[in-house]
Amino acid sequence: MKISKLVKGNQTVISIDGDLDAGSSVLLDSAIEEAVASGHRHLLIDCTRLNYISSAGLGVFMSRVQDFEDQHIPMVLFGLQAKVFRIFQILGLDQLLKIVASEAEAATLAHQ
Amino acid sequence: MIYHHQFSCDRENLQAVRHFVTKVLREELFPEEDIPAVVLAIDEVCANLIVHSHQSDPDGLIDLHLKVTPQNVVCEIIDRDSIFYDFSNHRNPDIEQIVREGRNGGVGLMLVKRLVDKIEVERHGTQSTWRLTKGSLRPTLPA
Repeated sequence: MKISKLVKGNQTVISIDGDLDAGSSVLLDSAIEEAVASGHRHLLIDCTRLNYISSAGLGVFMSRVQDFEDQHIPMVLFGLQAKVFRIFQILGLDQLLKIVASEAEAATLAHQ
Repeated sequence: MIYHHQFSCDRENLQAVRHFVTKVLREELFPEEDIPAVVLAIDEVCANLIVHSHQSDPDGLIDLHLKVTPQNVVCEIIDRDSIFYDFSNHRNPDIEQIVREGRNGGVGLMLVKRLVDKIEVERHGTQSTWRLTKGSLRPTLPA
């Protein structure tokens, strides 16, 4: 799995390429941590190339939701493939996380 | 036919496990739409054993057996040196509570329960066998 970061103004787009599992989820966790530590207050997670997610990957997002809400840091996921979105749905996480189709929608939602 | 894959308790091996399961199910013409559920369920159990039973010690070994029939796939995940886990006591966690508390784990087995039709866990001495069964709606193939 590869993680890349792109800073656009006051937002950071973190792109995930590959499988997010018990072995690789720590990389995403670190990338999010670094983005927030760098002062980027709007996080967009590009899941267009996210091919697979397990509970370890879901846990990275789940563990941040409340903390980011408290700190007023919007985190929006976009571009999920249907097979990946299905896993979020199985646990009801599609209702607890901000998930939209496109980067434009994600940027709009993050800045509301 | 029964397919076998053995791997050491390193999280880096999970991807190879997923590839193995996907390849077998495709070769056996298991319905494509059901393959991701089986792959994820096996991944979750294997990850649990690697992390919680073996603390990611690569000296630990896990055996995976897949038996595919026209009706279902039965996946046996065998850990010969496992710590005891009483699956019968497992209760699904409250997802909203996990999110409120900022926890990053605890939903793997809940996911497995929702992905497969049957979960059995047998214990003999230090060996644990997790047996996952997922039904198939594919038509019976001609002999």
